[in-house]
Formats: sequence, C-alpha cells, structure tokens
Amino acid sequence: MEDKLIIGGQELESRLFIGTGKFSSHEIIPKVIAVSGSQVITMALRRVNFSNEQDNVLNYIDKKCILLPNTSGARNAGEAVRIARIAREAGCGNWVKIEVISDNKYLLPDNYETIRATEILAKEGFVVLPYMSPDLMAAKRLEEAGAAAVMPLGAPIGTNRGLMTRELIRILIAEIKVPIIVDAGIGRPSQAAEAMEMGAAAVLVNTAIATAQDPVQTARAFSLAVQAGRMAFLSGPGAVQEYAVASSPLTGFLHK
Amino acid sequence: MQIRVNGSLETIPFSLSIKEYLLNKGLKPESVVIELNGQVVKREQWERIVLKENDELEVLRFVGGG
Repeated sequence: MEDKLIIGGQELESRLFIGTGKFSSHEIIPKVIAVSGSQVITMALRRVNFSNEQDNVLNYIDKKCILLPNTSGARNAGEAVRIARIAREAGCGNWVKIEVISDNKYLLPDNYETIRATEILAKEGFVVLPYMSPDLMAAKRLEEAGAAAVMPLGAPIGTNRGLMTRELIRILIAEIKVPIIVDAGIGRPSQAAEAMEMGAAAVLVNTAIATAQDPVQTARAFSLAVQAGRMAFLSGPGAVQEYAVASSPLTGFLHK
Repeated sequence: MQIRVNGSLETIPFSLSIKEYLLNKGLKPESVVIELNGQVVKREQWERIVLKENDELEVLRFVGGG
C-alpha cells in the first residue's frame, strides 16, 4: 500500500526525522542516516570557534536528504528569521525548523514568538516546521500562519522521557490538518511507535539515537518502530474494553 | 584597522578580501557561511568584497543539532 508523507510538496517514504547533535563523532552520522532510511535531517548554525575549528556537519549528510536547519539559539522571532535566511542563503534549501527558546532550564519553546516567525518565513516561501509546546490554539495559529507541519514536544529536549504530553498531542492530531510530527523527548523506540500508533505523521529523534551505546543499531530500531507504529495506526486497532472479553469460545468446555 | 568578528574586536591589515581573511585564519572557505553587516554574502562574492573599518563579520558554520 502506498503511504507517503507529503510536506512542502515533497513525498517522503520515511517518517523518522533525525537530528545530528550530540554524536560522539561526525563519522557515525552517515551510518545512522543510511541504516534508518531517514530523509529529513536537522542541524544547527553556530559561530566558528577559531581556536577549535571543526568540520562542517553538512559534509556528513547524504546529498539526497532534505536538510532541516533549526533556528536554535534564537530567543525571539527576529533572531529565528535571521537564522533561517542565513541557512537558505548558505544553500540548505528552503526548509526550516523554527525553534525559539528563552527558557534555559526546560528548553520549552516560546509559542508566541514561534507563530510570529512562522508567519514571516512562510510568506518568504520557506517550508516552515515549527517546534512548539502542544497547545491547540497555538497549533491552529501556526497552521493559519502557513506552517507545513506542526512539531509538538513529547517531553523537554534531551530528556528521553517519552510522550509526557500524549493527551495534548492526541488533540492536535485530531484537530490540526497539517502533519503533526512529535519532536523532542522521545527516548525509546516503543515511544516512537506509540506516537505513530496515535496517528502522528512522523517523529523527530536525536538524543535517543546519538547518546545510545550503539547509535547505529538504535537508529535501526527506531526506524522499525516508526514503521510498525504507522502500520498499526493504518490498520485500525481494536477497541479498548473495560472488562475481559474472552478470546477463546465460551462454549463446549470439556467439563460439561 | 579594526573590525568586529563574531562579536569580538579584531585588528586586521587593510585591503583584505573576505576570502583572504578566512584563509589567513586557516579556515577552509567552503566550510563556512558569511554574514557581513547583517547581510549574507554569497561565496562567489568573497574574493571581490574587501573588508572595511568597523565592518561586522559573522563567520558561521553548520554543526550537529536537533
């Protein structure tokens, strides 16, 4: 069965987006991308440190992948817009993950500034994927502002705590027309599968893969989990019941 | 003369192009992104644009991120 995710006019087969932060070496990244089959890869833009120059991470990302630069480091809409424009000029294409954060403890996104940045960048022709706190009204505003997808967090960034916000994400999936991509907090393949079973269009995973003892095998596990979760969602799971409903016939017992 | 690079003041020789500045710094020009006075400068122009007193230069690159 054909089941493609379409974002910004692009057909995607993989519903697992991968972030490139926190890997112990850049050399692992191409292996992770290859084994996961991921087609959308995130990265960040930073000032060069002249005393400790590092490779450009783009050299480790398969040219067939869609680059999704994030605006991390932006504390307001203006800074996010500036980073997005720089990334596009630098040849990253026109996709951007809006990330506006001014809370350093929980790294929770500023939905208001995120909506403003989305409005501006969508008008400039960007394919805008905003990272947000799962709030229905904010998600509606993002949709109206031209977001190509909405990316609610499952738990704070880097915590590996899973779908702490599941009931709010469930509401977004039910009410928002653009794809819902669960971003941040997913720590285990089972949690990615759960998001997909709930009807999320995709998940974005970084820390859980990058900080695993074996990132390549973990990437493969996530890829399988996302496929399994998606397949389960499309298959229409059976109803949840309060009391037991026997699976074996309740007639013809041997003791009768 | 002085320019500001990534937020810090720096003294550089006169009539240095962006490309020469990067090479002097030991950077591979193909690995960085340049913003000069708030405007992104495309790679093709780096040889042509000469840095001026009080210019604000941002030398950026893509790093791992989620």
